[in-house]
Amino acid sequence: MVHRVIVLMLILAAPAFSSIALAQPATSPRAGAAAQEAVPVPAAPRHDISGTWEPANGPADGVQANGVKAMPADGKPEHEPPYTPLGLETFKAHKPLEGYAAVLPAFFNDPRDKCEPIGFPRANFYNFRQTQILQNGYKVVILYEYAQTWRVIWTDGRQLPKLADGGVFVGKEFKESRYYGYSVGQWVDDTTLVVQTVGMMPEDKVWLDTAGRPISDAVRVEERFHRIDHDHMELTVTIDDPKMYTRPWLAMNKFPLKLQSPHTDVMEMYCSPSELEQYYKVFGNAASGVDSK
Amino acid sequence: MKKRFSSALALIVLSWFACLPLFAHHGEAAFSSGNKITMKATVTDWYWANPHCILQFDVKGDDGQVVHWAAETSAPASMINAGWTKRSLKPGDQVTITVEPVKNGRPLGRVLEVVFPSGQKVTGGFSSQLKE
Repeated sequence: MVHRVIVLMLILAAPAFSSIALAQPATSPRAGAAAQEAVPVPAAPRHDISGTWEPANGPADGVQANGVKAMPADGKPEHEPPYTPLGLETFKAHKPLEGYAAVLPAFFNDPRDKCEPIGFPRANFYNFRQTQILQNGYKVVILYEYAQTWRVIWTDGRQLPKLADGGVFVGKEFKESRYYGYSVGQWVDDTTLVVQTVGMMPEDKVWLDTAGRPISDAVRVEERFHRIDHDHMELTVTIDDPKMYTRPWLAMNKFPLKLQSPHTDVMEMYCSPSELEQYYKVFGNAASGVDSK
Repeated sequence: MKKRFSSALALIVLSWFACLPLFAHHGEAAFSSGNKITMKATVTDWYWANPHCILQFDVKGDDGQVVHWAAETSAPASMINAGWTKRSLKPGDQVTITVEPVKNGRPLGRVLEVVFPSGQKVTGGFSSQLKE
């Protein structure tokens, strides 16, 4: 009798185990809405945010053409970041292609226009598309679709470096500012990874978003990756930059992500100076009413 | 050139109407938001590149004058989602194209919709046009 009960339990549990073992979404991305409702999604695995993730509201939801998802540059007062005087002055010096302060293509001065490294945290706010996350016992590695760039989040227990002028101190060792900073992560519960990042580039090298919001080398970025269940995750990003903003504020607030098949072939999305030059030659300059940029 | 463009434009416009802005948040400074022109065109070049693909095409007016246009689309990563490939079009293809023109009156615009020679309809791949 006990033997039969155990066999029955194993049979009932098998679909859940096979789904987790294969790290596949419990529902096919192509299944109809009714089918998706019918299949229960397994619980989130412990301490695991690996997989290929896409914005749950559609592939374009992470493009963020109008600025960071939680504070788009639509002119509404509640979507204005809390600038310091320097922050506001820096914002006004930026000539973005998007948002309410947008200029014509030939006049915009976004470093992205020269294919400068997009950097962190802007990698989360510029064409945040199919994102691959790999992890082992020491680190979590994020592979971004835009510009095929990556960053490492250490989960081996090391301390967050201390911010210094022009870089950070790791113990007594000085290290330079990096476009993608220095990140350490800690699991605060079974399904939430909290990541702190410092040591990024100053405001003349990088922007926060496509609407021209600034970010300085004094910033501390906190990300919370919360895996809700096996197929769903939410990302919350807090910007704490005392040079540019008077208080911390949310750039992403539970941004929803959906797990994709592990067999997904992620597209290339690159920035090519020669292709940009051709764009301006054939279209951008004339659309802006000028002969050259 | 300007006179030829104006007369060609007058002859080839099939629909021109104001509607709700389609691209309220995407680089609209150059574009005449809410306006559309639909034209029968001959492709002269299809350039698959970041940050925008560019479709160049000739439009022949009833007076026989040809106006050369250039129109941008979204980036390849979005274009693939919208049903395009690098080989979707080649010089000589006959298409029907709808663009949102630029404000300054030059034959330039943003692709809203193209009907391929096969009859397949595709959008310009912009964020507001992409479906899940």
